[in-house]
Amino acid sequence: MQIADCVIFMEENQNDIISALAEGDYKYGFTSDIDTEFIRKGLDEDIVRLISAKKGEPEWLLEYRLKAFRHWQTLSIPDWAHLNIPPIDFQDIIYYAAPRKNTGGSGNPDDIDPELKKTFDKLGIPLEEQLVLAGVAVDAVLDSSSVKTTFRETLAEKGIIFCSISEAVREYPDLVRKYLGTVVSHTDNFYAALNSAVFSDGSFCYIPKGVRCPVELSTYFRINARGTGQFERTLLVADEGSYVSYLEGCTAPMRDENQLHAAVVEIVVEADAEVKYSTVQNWYPGDKEGRGGIYNFVTKRGLCRGDRSRLSWTQVETGSAITWKYPSCVLQGDDSVGEFYSVAMTNHYQQADTGTKMIHLGRNTRSRIVSKGISAGFSQNSYRGLVRVAPRAEGARNFSQCDSLLIGDKCGAHTFPYMDIARADAVVEHEATTSKINEDQLFYCNQRGMSTEDAVGMIVNGYAREVLAKLPMEFAVEAQKLLAISLEGSVG
Amino acid sequence: MLLEVKNLHANVAGKEVLRGIDFVVRPGEVHAIMGPNGSGKSTFASVLAGNPKFEVTEGSVSYDGVNLLDMSIEERARRGLFLGFQYPVEIPGVSMASFMKAAVAERRKAMGLEPLSSAEFLKLVREKSKIVELDGKLISRSVNEGFSGGEKKKNEIFQMAMLEPRLAVLDETDSGLDIDALRIVATGVQRLRTADNATVVITHYQRLLDYIVPDFVHVLYKGRIIYSGDKTLALKLEKEGYDWLIGSQQE
Repeated sequence: MQIADCVIFMEENQNDIISALAEGDYKYGFTSDIDTEFIRKGLDEDIVRLISAKKGEPEWLLEYRLKAFRHWQTLSIPDWAHLNIPPIDFQDIIYYAAPRKNTGGSGNPDDIDPELKKTFDKLGIPLEEQLVLAGVAVDAVLDSSSVKTTFRETLAEKGIIFCSISEAVREYPDLVRKYLGTVVSHTDNFYAALNSAVFSDGSFCYIPKGVRCPVELSTYFRINARGTGQFERTLLVADEGSYVSYLEGCTAPMRDENQLHAAVVEIVVEADAEVKYSTVQNWYPGDKEGRGGIYNFVTKRGLCRGDRSRLSWTQVETGSAITWKYPSCVLQGDDSVGEFYSVAMTNHYQQADTGTKMIHLGRNTRSRIVSKGISAGFSQNSYRGLVRVAPRAEGARNFSQCDSLLIGDKCGAHTFPYMDIARADAVVEHEATTSKINEDQLFYCNQRGMSTEDAVGMIVNGYAREVLAKLPMEFAVEAQKLLAISLEGSVG
Repeated sequence: MLLEVKNLHANVAGKEVLRGIDFVVRPGEVHAIMGPNGSGKSTFASVLAGNPKFEVTEGSVSYDGVNLLDMSIEERARRGLFLGFQYPVEIPGVSMASFMKAAVAERRKAMGLEPLSSAEFLKLVREKSKIVELDGKLISRSVNEGFSGGEKKKNEIFQMAMLEPRLAVLDETDSGLDIDALRIVATGVQRLRTADNATVVITHYQRLLDYIVPDFVHVLYKGRIIYSGDKTLALKLEKEGYDWLIGSQQE
């Protein structure tokens, strides 16, 4: 899609929302009959060794996994979030499942299982030449294995590396070894430790010094196989003076079981570099009675290591039965900037506890947090955010705005802001509002011919606009549709 | 008959505010409804539009041959019933463009027409915004957010022009307007008159009726229409107030 088309597409978008609403429910809930290789259920050192062997990994990585696994065994599930998490049997999960036919990033489209190709077509993820037009390079991860990375050659010309992490381990072991685990240590938390032990695939991206990545880089995650967990690992390094915009999307089939997704995303931003990381998270949220759905326990953190580095997280969270996720910025370099823009919507029995951490270490570091929570049905939606200003972070500034919108009177919205300020000269501002969709607004829209459902979709999109505007165009359109669809059945 | 209201009673919070309204509108007509504060004028407009805050307890309303009271708010709107709001509502973050595009699409769908393309829609916006001398940039702003009082009212008439209603009920569209804005809004409404549509203007002031010349003027008092006349009634009310009418109502 070229830019001009995109603009028209935005204009037409209102109609799309209406038709999408008519379509209804979770449209990504199909399963695909793909020839899949599983390993046995459960988790022990042998499984960790098996995963590593399957991927033909070097010794140092196996050691890293084992170290993480041993540490994980000493940890217990974090229970501080405002979430009601049913017990999870970690021995009842398959930790590795991969499409059998695909060898993983061979680069030849003919090698890809046709069923798999169909899956990605259904998702609207074009793997082929269309991508050149769209200006999006995609790394698609199905279950555990990275299927194909498109657009590689064009990127290679600029020295940009964008491939699956397994491939990066084989081809760029020094880079991976240098950065893996430096931002999110294997000891960081329960799920990060688990991920470090069993991560199966994910994306690796390296932008060399002074290079402005000419396209949006995109990773698409999908859980397909039953009884499996997905543990992907993303490592993104922006070297000095570089720029990249990175997109991440996720879907899963509708199943009555709960599936675990425990990912780790690590980002390193060197001096004068800028990274924009956007996520549209639409894992299967479970049905209207709260059966099934993905448990989304994710650790995402970026280190603004160099001076004047910038990292911006934008997330639109509509999926998952439970979301536990705090994309964070460690502002180590002087004058570095961290941003977090979030829309988190929960409906039916979904639960979300999400927010961010802004850790100000360097001088004159700045951060901005804009969080828009939307709760409907019987859902619970919490914002949890930490702003920390370290003793040497002279002139640090933060602005936080946390808004909650309630639809109906059976849902909950909660805000847990934490501030840990070690300097008197720090400027830290926090604004919070809670509102309900108001009847006058609905009457006004109804009187102009819109159904209540369409009106709610429109009002919610308006409420989230400040965040949606931060997303790249194609993603913004998708996100708007998602918000409207996810609200189905929440009013009337 | 476009609208036929018979013995309409309505409550708000258990209190009866409309107490037996009879009211008939034919295509091509303009009716003015006047009356002192609290007489039920705005309630009458809200009830016609289907505002759920009010409960109809008795009577009937036939609109274009069908039972209006059976229809949802949006169904009434799609069939061409337009309410110009006294206090237009703000919808933060929703552009006038997307709001009106959705509204026009609904109205067109009800008439069996395809939605307009973006280019056609923008052309229509340009054309119609001239009627009320509205700044073209307004369409990219959030619905009524940060609009001045005058802009809000002009915006209501702009929406009316976009939607081409069969029956427009304008609830105190003149309130809070200065002389120039009043002239613009009122001549805008006047320009939208056709032989097929009709307008009900609710107002406190005769001056609006200098521009929108009514065929009938009604006085609403304590939930009933107590007197009807032609346009000269409005002039008389302006000069003499309501006392001469109300006096005869004391039981």
